[in-house]
Formats: sequence, structure tokens, C-alpha cells
Amino acid sequence: MIISRKKFLKLTGISMLAATGERIAESLAGTAPSAGPGSPRALTAKRWAMVIDLQKCAREDGCTACIDACHRTHNVPDIDNRAHEIKWIWKEEFKHAFPSAHNEYQAEHIESLPVLLLCNHCDNPPCVRVCPTQATWKREEDGIVMMDWHRCIGCRYCMAACPYGSRSFNWIDPRNDIAQLNPDFPTRTKGVVEKCTFCDTRLAKGELPACVEACPQDAIFFGDLDDAGSEIRQLLKSEYAIRRKPELGTKPEIYYIV
Amino acid sequence: MRDRSLIYLGLLIFLAVVTFPFTYNLAAGSGEMPDLEYPDNETQCVESKEFMRSSHMQLLVDWRESLVRENVRTHKTSDGRTYDISLTNTCLAACHTRKGDFCDRCHDYSGVENPYCWDCHIDPEQTERSAR
Repeated sequence: MIISRKKFLKLTGISMLAATGERIAESLAGTAPSAGPGSPRALTAKRWAMVIDLQKCAREDGCTACIDACHRTHNVPDIDNRAHEIKWIWKEEFKHAFPSAHNEYQAEHIESLPVLLLCNHCDNPPCVRVCPTQATWKREEDGIVMMDWHRCIGCRYCMAACPYGSRSFNWIDPRNDIAQLNPDFPTRTKGVVEKCTFCDTRLAKGELPACVEACPQDAIFFGDLDDAGSEIRQLLKSEYAIRRKPELGTKPEIYYIV
Repeated sequence: MRDRSLIYLGLLIFLAVVTFPFTYNLAAGSGEMPDLEYPDNETQCVESKEFMRSSHMQLLVDWRESLVRENVRTHKTSDGRTYDISLTNTCLAACHTRKGDFCDRCHDYSGVENPYCWDCHIDPEQTERSAR
């Protein structure tokens, strides 16, 4: 059969229209699923980041308000055995948190300064690059490094890739070590990796992260790094702040004011 | 054809063995549909009963993708009602408060023992009991 160019183009056009017609009609009728954050109350940003004032944080000796609030909110188990422990946010001495800033003559109060550690929500997260199932990914709209525990297969590549030790693996069923279950958040199960998610569920409800809200010294600041007028940008402009291992190129988004 | 009776006997035994699960269930009365407890405060689910019966798993998977990966946290039903996407707070806490009399009863009947949803998602009734 010989077909003219005109007829060929006509036929192609009609078949393309037929193939896409349904979708076009759907979107015109407005029945297509809508994407994007749902609630108008939700806190949104282009790039969430955190600034922690270490001097303020150290004011109250042995304070664990933020850690308790976070772990209570997210059903993080309290396991005594260090080999099995799960942590989303914890304290470490300055010399361990910033090993490259250490020197043997440094003042003791600096060396032993407690530093709050959590997921750095890196702009270039190595954990995301190595995850074989995309169970962890960087949310494009606000930069949060998310976790999908449904998809995690427990290979622990992300734990090997993370230079900050921000991830914990559930070696045992965590439910037995949670004092009081919070029904607003799921627990995890044996065999998955977990970490801080910058309280994405609280942000969606218009609430600040649990640690920020719980801090009695107001030492933790949370905001949009992309907004030049935000509180954290003002702080970073006026104070000297450092990040953990920036030389690795992960672009961590937790800033520490020393 | 001297073996005719043997062949029929063999066939009979074969049929009896093959249909044993059905006849056993009929005799024991365990083949009847489970009697489910429906919520007192609601008359309709997020979708029709027939859809939920056959496809609630697909709906839950869609909810999971929508909430976790797309950050869309509400579900609009086909007739325009809106629900928060949450297995614990919407499905269980708001309606099916006794999971054992609804979810479990049907799962047990259909041989779906303990779907792993409950490994992580919390049954609010259970937390109340443990808090007491």
C-alpha cells in the first residue's frame, strides 16, 4: 500500500490525539490526581536547614529535652545495648563531633562541649546515591532527606555511606523497648534503617520540629535557607558557624554556632 | 473389564480426597462469611463496600505512595468527601475501633494471617490497653 505524506501525517496526528485524549479530558475535567502538599496550614520552605547554638545548648548541664521529645514523638526505642541502639538525635563531645577541629592544646571546655548530632539533611546526600530501592531520597521541594520504611530492604548501604553516623539499624523488634507508643507515628520493624526526617509530618501540620519546640534554651533554630530574610540566614550572617565534615562535599545543612 | 469395580472405587477415593477441604469446611460450618463489626458512628467507608472488599490493599498502597512520596496527605473519595490519609488515625481510631472484630476477623477467614502493616502501624486500641 502506498501512502502519501499528507495522509501519513494526518494518521499520526489522529492516533497521537487518540492516545493522549483521555488524559487531556481528565485534566480538563479536573479529575486528575493533584500533587503537592495538601494542607494550607503546612509549613513550607525551599530549603529547610537548622542552626544550633552550642553555647546556649550547653547552658543546662545534662539536658536531654530535645532528645526525649524527638524520641517520644517518633516512637524511637530506648535500647540499653549499644550494639542495637537507635538514635535520631543525640549528644557527642565537640572533639568527637568535629575531629578535624581538635588539637591537643585546646581548652577543655571546648573539647568537651556537648554537640547535638542528627541527620544533616545534606544537599548532596551520599546515602541517597547508594540506596538501591530509593527508600531514602531527597525531597525536591524542600531538601529534606526522607525515608520510606516500606521500601527499605535493610541492606545498610546508606549507613556505610553516611559520614555522620546519622542512621540506625533495627537489629531487633523495636516495639518491646518503647515505653509509651505515640499513635500519631508508626514504629519501625526489625530489619529497616531509620533516622531523623526533620519532622516532615509535623511540618505538614504546621508545627515546628519536636526538638526545636522542646528546647528550653531556644538553642535550635529551624528555617528556610533559601529565604534571605529568615531567622537562620540572619544568624548565619552575624555569627560564626561551622558544619560537620564539609570537606567531603556532602553540603550538610546543620550549622553549629560555636 | 474385570477391574471395573476397582476403577470406580479408586475414582471415588480420588474424588473424596480432592474435595475433602470443601466437604470438611461444609461439615464444620467454617466456610461461612465472617460476621464483621461495623462502626456505629459511620455508615459509609472511604469507598464502596464492594471496592473496599476487593481492593482495600490497593487503596492502602496508593495512600502510602501518596503520603510518603508525594506529600499529599488527604484522600478525596469518588463522591467528593475528604479524609486524612492515616491507617491508624482514620481507618482505626475514627471508625474500625475494634480491629480484632473487623480487620482480623476477615483476614483470618481468608487465610491472610497478620499482614505486616501491623508490624509498624499502631492499633490505637492496643496502645490504650498498654497505657492502662
